[in-house]
Amino acid sequence: MTDVKKDIAAPLWVNAEITYKCPLHCVFCYNPLDYATTFDRELTTEEWLKALREARELGAVQLGISGGEPLMRDDVEIIVAEASRMGFYVNLLTSGIGLTEKRIAAFKAGGLDQIQLSFQDSTKELNDFLSSTRTFELKQKVAKLIKQYDYPMVLNVVLHRQNIDHIEQILQMAESLQADHVELANSQYYAWAYKNREYLMPSREQLQHAEAVCNRFRERLGNRMKLYFVAPDYYEDRPKGCMNGWGSVFLNIAPDGLALPCHEARMLPGLQFPNVREHSIRSIWYDSQAFNAYRGDSWMPEPCRSCDERHKDFGGCRCQAFMLTGDARNTDPVCSKSPHHSLITDQVALAQRLVLRNEDVQPLIVFRDDKNSRSFAAD
Amino acid sequence: MSFDLNKPLSFVRQYKLQWEQAQQAWVLLYPEGLVKLAGSAGEILKRVDGQRTASAIVADLQADFPGADLKQDVLDFLEHACFKGWICHD
Repeated sequence: MTDVKKDIAAPLWVNAEITYKCPLHCVFCYNPLDYATTFDRELTTEEWLKALREARELGAVQLGISGGEPLMRDDVEIIVAEASRMGFYVNLLTSGIGLTEKRIAAFKAGGLDQIQLSFQDSTKELNDFLSSTRTFELKQKVAKLIKQYDYPMVLNVVLHRQNIDHIEQILQMAESLQADHVELANSQYYAWAYKNREYLMPSREQLQHAEAVCNRFRERLGNRMKLYFVAPDYYEDRPKGCMNGWGSVFLNIAPDGLALPCHEARMLPGLQFPNVREHSIRSIWYDSQAFNAYRGDSWMPEPCRSCDERHKDFGGCRCQAFMLTGDARNTDPVCSKSPHHSLITDQVALAQRLVLRNEDVQPLIVFRDDKNSRSFAAD
Repeated sequence: MSFDLNKPLSFVRQYKLQWEQAQQAWVLLYPEGLVKLAGSAGEILKRVDGQRTASAIVADLQADFPGADLKQDVLDFLEHACFKGWICHD
């Protein structure tokens, strides 16, 4: 426990993506396009527990159990109870599908600290369309169950062009479900959401309206219902401090055991991501090439290298830099100092011009499903 | 946010304070986040137990750290924690 490298802080937050299987087909999903390739290589229960134990020993304390839909696995109860016993603060991130009373009772008994329930929208039609299923009523039932078992209700609604104008109804729904926290985060344009970026990015006017509505609810409800509103980073001129820096706080473990500094990093070329099956979390975190690749600031080219904000935003997001510019070391183009910033502003300009009717857009959207995933994997 | 010195303070349901050996720090855990607390903040918050009032916490700290004039700092921090929604009195 004492021979940790003094210049590298221990991980605090582990996100366990225990499966990419999911009954939903959300158009803004950030799981990798080729997620279906992990289906036959998922970690076993014992392998998960070993990885979590090692992470906890290093000092990790927050644990997200996510996916896909984590409840597609039948060992979530075991993972929750063991992780809780290890001293993790355990969050379950779920669409609610599969959350029966029997399961929630087992989670409660096992020490689950909190449940985050995702909603696609406040109206049945759009919720069902955007997730490509009929789940809205089920989610309302699950929300009641969460309250019944005395969990704080954390609602997560991913916002985008197709649903952001329903913000008033979304917040009314949240209030009527007695939500404690509501996360209204615009979709970030990775993976499936990147494929659907034009259809998902709201206009400036839409954003301003949504924020104004949010502020009204905030003023009225105060701490009773905490609201977090996140605009798309494309509307900023400084990048997000992605993951609080590469290999700084956050460790993502994918269903097949790949250890990643963020949900999206699998896409980056030139990095050999270690697998928790073969390597200890300690060696992954401190010694692996992948986790050290973008740590600190010595990897930074200009304009980051000499920028006085480099320790605030860490040059933004490596995956976004790679997706948009072709080189993960480049400054995130969200930054107005980036020579590639026009890639962002052009897209934002397009979002102001586009006039899209839902019925025109819907046939063009790429749904996250196994068939599409296998075809991306084959490319 | 009115702040009553004489009512017992407790953590809001989803907030959990935990001593972390590996970090050598008190950590406040909550949905979607955590705060690693500075030593003094940890000393204050670990006394929030659903029984002690703000006044009692001040008295307790003054007993444990004699000679330090910490009353106003402690009250400011508790009020801040209340405002942040970490702790509350019923």
